[in-house]
Amino acid sequence: MPRLSYRRALTRALADELARDESVFLLGEDIRVAASNVTAGLAKRFGPDRVRDTPLSEQAFTSFATGAALAGMRPVVEFQIPSLLFLVFEQIVNHAHKFPLMTGGQCAVPVTYLVPGSGSRAGWAGQHSDHPYSLFAHVGVTTVVPATPADAYGLLVSAVRCDDPVVVFAPAGALDVRADVDLAALAPVPLGRARVHRPGDDVTVVAVGHLVHDALAVAEELTDQVSVEVFDPRTLYPFDWDALAESLRRTGRLVVVDDANRSCGIAGEIIATMVERVRLVAPPRRVTRPDGAVLPFAPALDRAVQPSREQLRAAIGHVMKEG
Amino acid sequence: MTDADPVRLYRAVRLIRRFEERAIELVRSGHVVGGIHPYLGQEGIAAGVCAALRADDVVAGTHRGHGHVLAKGADPARMMAELCGRVTGLNAGRGGSMHAADFAVGVLGANAIVGASGAIVTGAVWARRRRGDDIVGVSFFGDGAVNEGMLLEAFNLAALWRVPVLFVCENNGYATTMPVAGAVAGSIPGRAAAFGIPAAVVDGQDPEAVRDAASAAIDRMRACGGPELIEARTYRFDAHHTFEHAVRLDYRPPDEVTRGRSRDPVDIQGARLPVEARAGVDAEVEEVLTRAVEFALASAEPDPADALAHLYASGLTARTGGG
Ligand SMILES: Cc1ncc(C[n+]2csc(CCOP(=O)(O)OP(=O)(O)O)c2C)c(N)n1
Repeated sequence: MPRLSYRRALTRALADELARDESVFLLGEDIRVAASNVTAGLAKRFGPDRVRDTPLSEQAFTSFATGAALAGMRPVVEFQIPSLLFLVFEQIVNHAHKFPLMTGGQCAVPVTYLVPGSGSRAGWAGQHSDHPYSLFAHVGVTTVVPATPADAYGLLVSAVRCDDPVVVFAPAGALDVRADVDLAALAPVPLGRARVHRPGDDVTVVAVGHLVHDALAVAEELTDQVSVEVFDPRTLYPFDWDALAESLRRTGRLVVVDDANRSCGIAGEIIATMVERVRLVAPPRRVTRPDGAVLPFAPALDRAVQPSREQLRAAIGHVMKEG
Repeated sequence: MTDADPVRLYRAVRLIRRFEERAIELVRSGHVVGGIHPYLGQEGIAAGVCAALRADDVVAGTHRGHGHVLAKGADPARMMAELCGRVTGLNAGRGGSMHAADFAVGVLGANAIVGASGAIVTGAVWARRRRGDDIVGVSFFGDGAVNEGMLLEAFNLAALWRVPVLFVCENNGYATTMPVAGAVAGSIPGRAAAFGIPAAVVDGQDPEAVRDAASAAIDRMRACGGPELIEARTYRFDAHHTFEHAVRLDYRPPDEVTRGRSRDPVDIQGARLPVEARAGVDAEVEEVLTRAVEFALASAEPDPADALAHLYASGLTARTGGG
């Protein structure tokens, strides 16, 4: 079977959607030459009008996409840096997200915001290393964080076809993941549907994005001691609460690992919802970045702020000991 | 497509004037919740610009948006019902005064964020043009908006990509209480000049002058693409918002207000009609608005169970907040 990288899976999804639907077009900074490497070859194949370089005007081109969507297009906007979402939060949240309700259902705003390289990349430091998915989940914008190449393909395709705005976070830590993939079997992955990567009986580890691979590695290491179920929500909003509740009814123990700040993060929401719905046998734990974290530059400091496998192992140990 | 009929132009300014006056009565009686930003004194701009548009052209306005929506052809009765938060309103009671939209007549919505409409209209017109429609768009905004970065980004995109958007700055001298002289460095046409956008200054109190300037700009835009800007000099007769009476803000010299009110677009246009024709239009408008108020007040309020209807065009439903 061919090896497919996560990055190429994103490229493939964009190419397939551009080919399938004339109303799809791409918008972003340096996408014609594929500075992020995600749009490689697309301008040559589809022309500069459908793979459209923009000036450095994030706020205007984000709302331009809203306008184009109101006129029947399906824009995909690529952002070079995750923190640019802070700059266009207003345009996404206050306009794209609110238009359908505020107009009483007169319109839809099917825009996809693609963020390749979200989270930490070595050496990029404070202003390039955020992972702001919880903000979008909080306001109710469909928020997707794929972990594997097949899911990156399938979720991006579904995002483009969705009639609502969708933010797709492609974690930097996952971009180089490769997997054996039957290309003919690549298919849309429904938004809001979780995936259990590895079944287990003792504890459910909910891992977001690239941390799925860390969780799988830790689960493998612990095989002899603990049976770990690795649960990948894939979509953080809407979240597949039923699937998680189902998992927890079997395991009774919950650990969440999430590479974002602790306060008001998705990890807190996952724990709160499960505590409301399921009787757990031990207090749940979460492994996250610290409150208010800004990623420091030096590699050892950067790593110290991100969730680690040691922390995950310790959290699993705790919930096993406490119930 | 310019409508050169002086009677129709008078009907438009008179309709907006009386709509605003009736709406203010409904604010006072508590039927319009939260108040409005009256357009009194500025009617000639919306009426003049929209007289130069075709039915399929698109517009988007501001928090002071009633005039733009009515001049583009929305039903006054449904508009009044919207202000009263009724199900029969343009937005089914979900938008209110600051979000009134009617996609059926090309109104992409009043928009409560200062400077927001420029980029949205640019995207919408670009998308429609790509599909072969030779439409143009209008973005209405106040003098306060020319200091918003996103609007200037939109000027750049529209000029760069030759998108025919008429940027109409309604310079009423104040952004809430901030006088233009205290806020705008350089000039408003100078903002356009920086992007190579042709700009004209027009007397906003004279509906025909506005129409003629808009018409000339729109003819050029439809023929060769590319945006233009019109600064319409006007005066807001009333408070920034109907709340203002309660707090008694003191920022406009009384003699300035008297002078400003002495040039009334309704009278200026009315004087161009034979007396009987004017009386006929007045009676007709009165009739329309009496019916509009009756329709609004007789309409049902929305069902609280549907408070979040239309939130997601994809059919997604949100988790409830209670218990
Ligand atoms: C981006 C933004 N900043 C501030 C406000 C609050 N606000 C609403 S209307 C207004 C004044 C706008 O002035 P101007 O653009 O001149 O329009 P006018 O009210 O005179 O029609 C302000 C500051 C807002 N709605 N949006």
